[in-house]
Amino acid sequence: MNNIIIAWRNLWRNKRRTLITVASVFFGVLFSTVMTSMQEGSYSSMVDNVVKFYSGYIQVHSEDYWENKTINNTFEPTDSLIDKISQVKEVIHFTPRLESFALASSEEITKGVMVLGVDPVKESQVTGIEKWIEKGRYLNPGDKGILVGIDLAKYLQLDLNDTIVLLSQGYHGISAAGKYPIAGILNFPSPELNRQTLYMELSNCQDFYSAYNLLTSLVIMVKNQYDLPDAMKELRNEISSPFSVMSWNEMQPELVQMIEADRAGGVFMKALLYMIIGFGILGTIMMMISERRREMGVMVAIGMQRFKLGNIIFFETLFIGFLGVLVGFLGSIPIIGYYYNNPIRLPADAAEIMIEMGIEPLLYFSWMPSVFYNQVITIFVITALIAIYPVYKSRTMKVNLALRA
Amino acid sequence: MPVRQDWKVYRNVRTLNKSNKMSIIEINNLTKIYDGSEVEVIAVNGIDLSFDKGEFAAIVGPSGSGKTTFLNLLGGLDRPTSGEVIVDGVNIWNLKSRKLIDFRMNNIGFVFQSYNLIPVLTAKENVEFVMHLQGRPKAERYKRTRELMESVGLADRLNSRPAKLSGGQQQRVAVARALASKPKFILADEPTANLDSKSTENLLDIMENLNKDENITFIFSTHDARVVKKARRVITIEDGKVVWDEKR
Repeated sequence: MNNIIIAWRNLWRNKRRTLITVASVFFGVLFSTVMTSMQEGSYSSMVDNVVKFYSGYIQVHSEDYWENKTINNTFEPTDSLIDKISQVKEVIHFTPRLESFALASSEEITKGVMVLGVDPVKESQVTGIEKWIEKGRYLNPGDKGILVGIDLAKYLQLDLNDTIVLLSQGYHGISAAGKYPIAGILNFPSPELNRQTLYMELSNCQDFYSAYNLLTSLVIMVKNQYDLPDAMKELRNEISSPFSVMSWNEMQPELVQMIEADRAGGVFMKALLYMIIGFGILGTIMMMISERRREMGVMVAIGMQRFKLGNIIFFETLFIGFLGVLVGFLGSIPIIGYYYNNPIRLPADAAEIMIEMGIEPLLYFSWMPSVFYNQVITIFVITALIAIYPVYKSRTMKVNLALRA
Repeated sequence: MPVRQDWKVYRNVRTLNKSNKMSIIEINNLTKIYDGSEVEVIAVNGIDLSFDKGEFAAIVGPSGSGKTTFLNLLGGLDRPTSGEVIVDGVNIWNLKSRKLIDFRMNNIGFVFQSYNLIPVLTAKENVEFVMHLQGRPKAERYKRTRELMESVGLADRLNSRPAKLSGGQQQRVAVARALASKPKFILADEPTANLDSKSTENLLDIMENLNKDENITFIFSTHDARVVKKARRVITIEDGKVVWDEKR
């Protein structure tokens, strides 16, 4: 009879033992998948906070801008530049921005803010900003009103239709001052944006800074991060001095470093988790082998070759591993699916700390396929490695002792 | 009836048997020494014996005398420190591990004290198992399994798992399994030790009938007087040596 068929049959001749061993693999997959999903979800949320709400995946600047972010390092978008960007197939939207700083004042309170002059229609396509309006309305082309982050409005003690006073330095040192009515209040998922951003219609902003027809950046969106390398390659081929093309991870090295540092810590934690899972599975397999020692001894005594016995037990362990990862995978889908749609809200104290750090106080879960298949493959490989143990035991077993086990 | 004090005389039975053309097992100076942490234990001490085809021999002796070790050495389950076991002209301890396993499969049947049936297999599958290993055709396996199970009186328990059988029934299945490969001889290590008197009687009848009717050689270790009574040869071992060898 085929070794594989014998192995499969053996599994179901002792259901209890098989189910206990499968359960140890199941919990291993479940824990590691949920943990990885939570980890990757938090990274995605951090990247989304930056990329989708603010920086976009790619930006085109004047080549000196990134080193010296002043209103003087602006550029005038030429038709040829716009054409080159439009022709890159990975680019789905792009929007012009004029971005600088100003002092924002209400009656008695002043705060430094980030001012973003945006094209209301294109900005909405790129960052979906319109959906974060908490109160009031979104901007219209030629609008004189402004949008402020909810925490900034609270800080300045301003509400809808109140007037905010902005004071800054405009293009080439020209004084910039103006009074603007608050048309809407924004509530982003990012506490940092809520605290310090102020949106104006682009021409209104250019007028405020006396930077007519000038931009600090063209913000470009691609479909997802997997399209980023190709889009970057093509844009860099097409666009050269006096412009520069930068990806989000070049613009946000701190975020990349933070994620990488966290991932490195995560690797240690995951290694620890895999060790616990691995030893759990090994313990169960050792128990199984100990329980079956006499059976194995009898088989070899009456004529089964050790390598054949080893093969059968190897296949049994692999089947256990396969069943464990399969049910672990199926079990983790509803859990991760639920938390993907309903992120865990941190308790009040922890939430406050997170907000102060500029991080959303929610634990997001990732739904990326790699979260599942990486864990499934890893645990299966661990189980396959553990399957060497019974093979080794069957090879080195002393038959006369096994018969008395 | 030989007297115990004259045991040396009976060691020479080997010489007598050596000249016998029917001898299927020759044991020469078989020794097994276990290396303990402080002291070495001589479990089998230079045994010379031979067995003829169709013998029904009991190995007797007190606990720790070396009966089980002797049977393990004879059956190729434990490696001797020195000496040889020659079965049909083959010194089994010169065989490589794989060949030895094949040799056991084709030449030796085992019946163990605690039955040692494979718990995940039914009675029928336990009997068939060794024939699977031998690569026998399905029809032959099926026929022989039926015949053997009938001969041990368990034709109605073919599909029962060992856990559903009594001790006596399990041991009868073990005898059927031992016979399945058509071995040259069967080694039984205290086959009745865990059985009640009725089951013992039953098992002995089966073994005796198989021995008489089919000329199958049985060599068994035992403490049981009822088994000794049925044996046609009784070999007494003490401190790893044969001290008595009586043919009846």
